[in-house]
Formats: sequence, structure tokens, C-alpha cells
Amino acid sequence: MSSVRVLVGTRKGAFILTSDAKRTNWDVTGPHFAGWEIYHLKGSPVDPNRLYASQCSGWFGQLIQRSNDGGKTWEPVGNKFIYEGNPGTHKWYDGTQHPWEFKRVWHLEPSLKDPDTVYAGVEDAAMFRTTDGGQNWQELPSLRNAKGDLWQPGAGGMGLHTIVLDPVNPQRIFIAISAAGAFRSDDAGQTWQPINRGLKSPYELPDPTAEVGHCVHRIAMHPSRPNVLFMQKHWDVLRTDNAGDSWTEVSGNLPSDFGFPIDVHAHEPETIYVVPIKSDSEHYPPEGKLRVYRSRTGGNEWEPLTKGLPQKDCYVNVLRDAMAVDSLDSCGIYFGTTGGQVYASPDSGDNWSPIVRDLPAVLSVEVQTLS
Amino acid sequence: MIRVVLPAHLKSLARVSGEVQIDVADLPTLSSVLTSLEARYPMLQGTIRDHVTHQRRPFVRFFACQEDFSLESPDAPLPPAVVSGKEPLLIVGAMAGG
Repeated sequence: MSSVRVLVGTRKGAFILTSDAKRTNWDVTGPHFAGWEIYHLKGSPVDPNRLYASQCSGWFGQLIQRSNDGGKTWEPVGNKFIYEGNPGTHKWYDGTQHPWEFKRVWHLEPSLKDPDTVYAGVEDAAMFRTTDGGQNWQELPSLRNAKGDLWQPGAGGMGLHTIVLDPVNPQRIFIAISAAGAFRSDDAGQTWQPINRGLKSPYELPDPTAEVGHCVHRIAMHPSRPNVLFMQKHWDVLRTDNAGDSWTEVSGNLPSDFGFPIDVHAHEPETIYVVPIKSDSEHYPPEGKLRVYRSRTGGNEWEPLTKGLPQKDCYVNVLRDAMAVDSLDSCGIYFGTTGGQVYASPDSGDNWSPIVRDLPAVLSVEVQTLS
Repeated sequence: MIRVVLPAHLKSLARVSGEVQIDVADLPTLSSVLTSLEARYPMLQGTIRDHVTHQRRPFVRFFACQEDFSLESPDAPLPPAVVSGKEPLLIVGAMAGG
């Protein structure tokens, strides 16, 4: 019998929520790593019991934890994230150049083929890779050659937060960096190019169509169509049909095209989900109504999904890594809020209910569909 | 034998409950104690001081004998009471305001 396991990273620990395929009764364990910030945790697609977690604290820095039993037990693995060679400098708030400084791991992306290989997106923006289950991490340093000297942190830091692996072409990797943009490698991370043509950032950049500097919040792909990507940018929702060579805005009738997460239905590659947020300075839903918007047309035409979600006095945020889908026949959609709720819909977004209501602020949500 | 008291989060990480006792040859210094501590508990590497520079993490403090040694040279000898085991070396997470 199928089941689902929801991996939740919060400001004060990790939680694991499990249910059978009905997704009505949930078992909650945690907090794991109580008191630590868990930016992200994710399981290996080829060995679902192999989980990795990014654990950090302002006092004691960065740790990586690994589980071989689906999150029942954990062991710390390597936490040495050292930039290759002299990483040089990037732009700083005052216009000067500033040295690259490691701060934390934002995102962990396990390989699609090997449970011991994992990519890590870090702040200051860089990508690292382990091939020994997290014991040792090596940077893929040529990413900085993609005009890294021009990248400049936004208020949320200069984090590499999105890593999308192409399931068809193992040489192809997409990544996104806050306030730098989206980038693609066609040679497994040896070289990178910016893929930001079509993005417009008139409120954030002096040149609204600059090659780099756009604040991309999230990119999502359906595995059946790896050349089609959907993007939630600082402002605007966009899509590309040519692997990022050019992007087209598909914000359509959204009440606000600002937001953080975006995801794709497991079985319908043109069905996508966003959570509109009022603005870059008002990080809460418009009108105090928590609404997921769904487009069944790959963008432009959006419908609000509200059943079971608070429709008044709701002022939470949904962060970029805090939405995920399962792959059961009736696709489940999940998201977590900065108010500590994790909502689930077992029917593609038509109906929602909270799995938990009172966790610490949710930083990330991932879902594993287990057989 | 140096007695070391870890902060609660690092005790959990190292899977210890009480004090940790560390053997250090010759004249113990903060640096040599931390090196021995990290060798015995590798999961603590990077949590107290930087992997490469060995610079103390900003919000970690070192106390002993009612004194703050955080700003002392890590190569300075530890107080005799710590060296003799009479007093512990406290590794402390600095206060977070709020």
C-alpha cells in the first residue's frame, strides 16, 4: 500500500509527517534537531530511506545530517564547505566588492541516480557536490564565472536556493540564486550560462532586462518535459519552453504576481500552483486570504483554491522551498507557512486541511511517495 | 585531564550528557584542547571554530574560573585550575538578545 512522508524543515527543528494514501490521518514525529534551523531536508529518489538535512544555527554554524532509515535515526556527516581556490568578490550593498563568505546551506538536491551523490546550494551563492554520502563536499566553482562579480545580495541574502536536475539529460542542471537569476549547465556543472532572457525587473534593477541580477524565487519542472520550466520571480510568474533560452510572463489574472513557491502537478504537466503574496514589503496574502492559485493551462489563466484555507485575517507567508507534490493517483499538494501550519490537499488543490497547525515557522516542505 | 562543558546543542550533537574529559599532552592551551576535542568528536568540527582558520565562531565564548577567555590567544596556557582538573573549561553559546 502506498504512503506519503512529508519532510518539514522549520526555524526550530525538523518534523516528519506520515500517512497512508488516504492522507487523512497523520503521524507526526519531531522535532528532530530541536532548536536548530532546518533550511531543507530531502530524500533520495532512488533510496527513499536515505534522507539529507541541512541543519544550522547562528551559534554553531552549518551541519549536514544523513538518515538511512527514513528519518528515524540520523548521523552528522561532513560540514566542510570550502570555496575552491580564491573565490574572489561579488558586489556589496555599498557598491564595493565583497569576498565570498560561506553562511549556510539553503537547499539539498539528491541525485536522481545515486543516493550518495547530492548537490548543495549555499549562501554566499555556490553549488557543492558530494559523491560519498555527504562526508566530503566539493564546490563546482565555474558557476562564479557566470558574472559572479556582478551578483549582489538582496535583503534575504545571496543564496543558491533552487537546483533542478534534468531527468532525461544528466548533463543538464538548472539553478537559481536570489538577486542573481537563473543559470543552466549543459555539462554537469563544468560551465554555466545565465538564462534570464525575457525576465523584466523594472523595480529592482537599473537595467530591467539585465543578463544577471534578477531575483528569481523558484523554478519548477515536470519530469516528463525537462525543457519546460515555470518560474516564480520576485514579481512575475514566467515559463520557458526552451530550457531557459527565453522566458514569457504568464502571471495572467493572479491577484498579485509576487510570491515564492511554484510547483507542477505530478500527472498534469500544464497544471501549476503558486501562492500569491501581496508585495515585496508585505509578505502576506492579499486581503488576508490564504489562496493557492492553480492554472491548468500552464499559466495566464488562474483559479483560486480556497476550500479549507483561512479566508480572513491570515497574514502568513509561504517560503520558496515550502511547497511540494506527491505522485499518488490523486495528486497531493502540500505547503507550509511561516505561521507553522502545513496544509495538504489530497485532490490536486480542490480541498485543503491542515496536517499540523502550530509548528515553528516552516522553511521547507518536501514529499516522498512511498510504495 | 581537562574537563570541558559543552553547550546543550553540542552535547546533543556529540551524544554526551555530562562533562567531557580531554587528555592533552604538555602544556594545555585552548587551541590544543579544541584540537583534541574535535579529534574525539569529529562532528564538532566547524561548530566551535572555523574549519580552516580556527577562528572562534562569533557567538561562541570560552569561560573558566569565572573569567572570559574568548578574546585571549588560543595558544596561551590555560589557567592552572583548569589544567589540574579542578575547574572545567566552559564552551558557551553567547546570549541571544530578545
